[in-house]
Amino acid sequence: MSQSPAFVLNVLETPEDPEGQEPSPYDESEVHDSFHQLIQEQSRWVAQEGLELQQRQPETGALGASGSDHENLPGPEGAPVYSMATLRILASMPSRTIGRSRGAIISQYYSRTMKLRRRAGRPQLRDMGRSARPSLRLYDLELDSAVLEEEEKRGLLVKELQGLTAAQRDHMLRGMPLSLAEKRCLREESRPLRGKQRAQRRHGLLSCCDQLRDSCVLASHNLGLALLSGLQALMPWRYALKRIGGRFGSSVLSYFLFLKTLLAFNALLLLPLLAFIVGVQAAFPPAPGGPVPAFTGLELLTGGGHFTHSVMYYGYYSNATLNQPCASPPNGSQCPPEAGSLPYNMPLAYLFTLGAALFITCITLVYSMSRSFGESYRVGSASGVHAITVFCSWDYKVTQRWATRLQHDNIRTQLKELLAEGQLRQRPQSACGRLRRAAVLGIVWLLCLGTTLGCTLAVYTFSERMIESPVSAEREAVLLLLPLVVCLLNLGAPYLFRILATLERHDSPVLEVYVAICRNLILKMVTLGILCYHWLGRRVGTLKDQCWENFVGQELYRLMVMDFIFTLLDTLLGELVWRLFSEKQLKRKGKPEFDIAGNVLELIYGQTLTWLGVLFSPLLPAMQIVKLLLLFYIKKASLMANCQAPRRPWKASHMSTVFVSLLCFPSFLGAAVFLCYAIWQVKPSSICGPFRTLDTMYEAGKVWVRHLEKAGPRVSWLPWVHRYLVEDTFPIYLVSALLLAVIYLNIQVVKGQRKVICLLKEQISNEGEDKIFLINKLQRVYEKKERSRAGRTEEAVTPPALFTDWDAQ
Amino acid sequence: MGNKQAVFTHEQLEAYQDCTFFTRKEIMRLFYRYQDLAPQLVPLDYTSCPDVKVPYELIGSMPELKDNPFRQRIAQVFSEDGDGHMTLDNFLDMFSVMSEMAPRDLKAYYAFKIYDFNNDDYICAWDLEQTVTKLTRGELSAEEVSLICEKVLDEADGDHDGRLSLEDFQNMILRAPDFLSTFHIRI
Repeated sequence: MSQSPAFVLNVLETPEDPEGQEPSPYDESEVHDSFHQLIQEQSRWVAQEGLELQQRQPETGALGASGSDHENLPGPEGAPVYSMATLRILASMPSRTIGRSRGAIISQYYSRTMKLRRRAGRPQLRDMGRSARPSLRLYDLELDSAVLEEEEKRGLLVKELQGLTAAQRDHMLRGMPLSLAEKRCLREESRPLRGKQRAQRRHGLLSCCDQLRDSCVLASHNLGLALLSGLQALMPWRYALKRIGGRFGSSVLSYFLFLKTLLAFNALLLLPLLAFIVGVQAAFPPAPGGPVPAFTGLELLTGGGHFTHSVMYYGYYSNATLNQPCASPPNGSQCPPEAGSLPYNMPLAYLFTLGAALFITCITLVYSMSRSFGESYRVGSASGVHAITVFCSWDYKVTQRWATRLQHDNIRTQLKELLAEGQLRQRPQSACGRLRRAAVLGIVWLLCLGTTLGCTLAVYTFSERMIESPVSAEREAVLLLLPLVVCLLNLGAPYLFRILATLERHDSPVLEVYVAICRNLILKMVTLGILCYHWLGRRVGTLKDQCWENFVGQELYRLMVMDFIFTLLDTLLGELVWRLFSEKQLKRKGKPEFDIAGNVLELIYGQTLTWLGVLFSPLLPAMQIVKLLLLFYIKKASLMANCQAPRRPWKASHMSTVFVSLLCFPSFLGAAVFLCYAIWQVKPSSICGPFRTLDTMYEAGKVWVRHLEKAGPRVSWLPWVHRYLVEDTFPIYLVSALLLAVIYLNIQVVKGQRKVICLLKEQISNEGEDKIFLINKLQRVYEKKERSRAGRTEEAVTPPALFTDWDAQ
Repeated sequence: MGNKQAVFTHEQLEAYQDCTFFTRKEIMRLFYRYQDLAPQLVPLDYTSCPDVKVPYELIGSMPELKDNPFRQRIAQVFSEDGDGHMTLDNFLDMFSVMSEMAPRDLKAYYAFKIYDFNNDDYICAWDLEQTVTKLTRGELSAEEVSLICEKVLDEADGDHDGRLSLEDFQNMILRAPDFLSTFHIRI
């Protein structure tokens, strides 16, 4: 630090010392001019502004003296004793005033607003003195030559706010940590009068495009607010969610929020299907193929019977172009449409609407997953468990007395466990213990995988048995057996996994939850995989002359209904009966815990079924919506009556990320693979459905593209796109390679950021040591000054020890 | 809805809407909650900007706050004079910051002030001890409390001056994605 920093004003030779004519210890040394100057500046400034420290009761010079009135606050003991002069300087250190005093907040926001308006990046580093800390440079505080008064700064802020648009200004105001009254004053002052505003606008403070864009932003903001209030009126769950959060905390609330998310996804999927497929076909019903069976109650369970010939299933949809008097042959010329009506090609509409709806769902899923991931993953996040537990674990939403007591207990247990863990880590585990633990882990995993295999074999043999004994129309109830078996296995195996998991002991409870989720997921996905093979591989063959798509649609309907019934059973048995049993028989006070992971997996499973079946039964999302609505109220009632909050610490945001990722990867991806295979590779049945005359469902698109080729040069780019980008495989390889390259680059960037964070942490630590060193030196200087003032006659010469101190270090 | 209410002028309601994270409907709902706390004290007509403060005892008895161990600090931080008695502006400010739409930086700033019991703009070891004691309702032994405070300072104190500054606190909050969901009061 050999050059003078930029924040020095004018270097005075002999500064006027307001405290008197005592010789300053710095007179002799040029090197320390700057410090002296700074100290003089600050003392003068602080003396003028009034000292915050003087108003406090004079403690024994301890740092951080008393403040507020309500509680009796003894100051921290053992703090070093500093003189008043040192304290004065410490009180006006820039790091103490950043973000705290009103003036500092105002100037901070002034510079932020200015940057926003001018869209300037960070200030040029060349202009700043090298000694200024990076944080100071960013705040732009008092480094400019004019030291501004608070009122001037406020005026500047107001002027900058005036230059912003209304939306930006509101955003800036809302984020400022000032009191509401001050924000309102700022808002009042920064709103110019109507005429002046127009004049300013006309003079081109903002360009025309900016104006248009900002008015669009404002309009959409208002629209968004209106929509939000409309949505809140439609979904009256705000109070219910508040009650749940108040009694059980954020972790249980995450389940219900996930349910809400799934409702939104299903609604998103259902709307295009309703509009373009179901609605249109319902308006133009095809001729009935035969006698329609009467409605018996069994249809609600089996989905067959009366429902078979309705808009619910694939078989109902016509393969012709609606609104045309003649049927369009697949590779002939088109018939002229009726006058005044639009020809509606049903197969094409079916394929494209489904494709578009699933594509939108995919994009929304990936977007929400990446956003959730971005919020919960942090680069370079070392373990800050204690700090995070102390500051971030108290859930302010919890309002009931017994729930807050539970929270107190939970946090206390957590902190005790953390302390114990820390002590345990200091004691290394023996190799024998580790080996034993690994062996137990291996055995338990083998047993679980074995159970999964057993369930899979059971489902496979049962499904083969069902194929071998065909079911007549009267005994449709037998069809319910396969879904029953699947649901029984899905209900029973997780309990077995839970029992097996008690054998192994994990270090962290979060790992236990992840392992349990993993095992359950493997079971469910493998079972579904076997069923998919059964439908697409075997049933297509055996139902050659019948409508196999209808059958698959009905199977999925039955699975969904059975799943719902078994969820109800599980809620009843697992929560209500268990609570009664444990209260009456076992005489235990504790209610069963709400199993968040298990319930979320159930939701994901149900959603996978919906996505699998949407091709064969376009109304399946509607059913899923009804099921989710019912589930919300049933689960809430059972929760309130029977359960208690989980005792383990639960990182709600991490788990939400995990849930959405599970929804995206095994669930949606698996369903997408299944649907793609069904569309691309499987021959549709020849007697029903919109694709009955084609070899594959995808051919409808190819047929249309061939039509377009014949249609003329105006739309010839579409067949070109189809031939060279969709059917050709080279672009896909290229895109995959590009994607891999982008991912690799991102990984490297993250690695680099981690390194930078380590370096910055070191730098902060060094700066802190510098600060303490300087404060101690300052204190010693002032002590010497005091002593010299007290015994002036003895200390005629500046002690050489002082200089050796400074020069040596 | 709309302009049918006679509590605020149109400009006042717009100002509240622009400066907080609430819509008009929510502001009116909050006003009625505030008014319910002290029906004799709070007038039903705010067009003349009356200077009314609801005393801390009534604020602390709200169902959202009454079991919160930090309710006194929350009221002190958001009140005008640091004594816990809140005007309507303070009340709206408090719930606006604690709502789910407030950004992380704003919440971190106020959380820092709440946990800074002696108002010296640093969270020192003593502040930490107070926080931990309130969190556990005094059920941890003194040495456990001091051990925890030590570990917290080890983890979060970047410049090793023995206490947490606002930057240290904000850095630590960045590493805790749960902060936004826990530092949230639903009203």
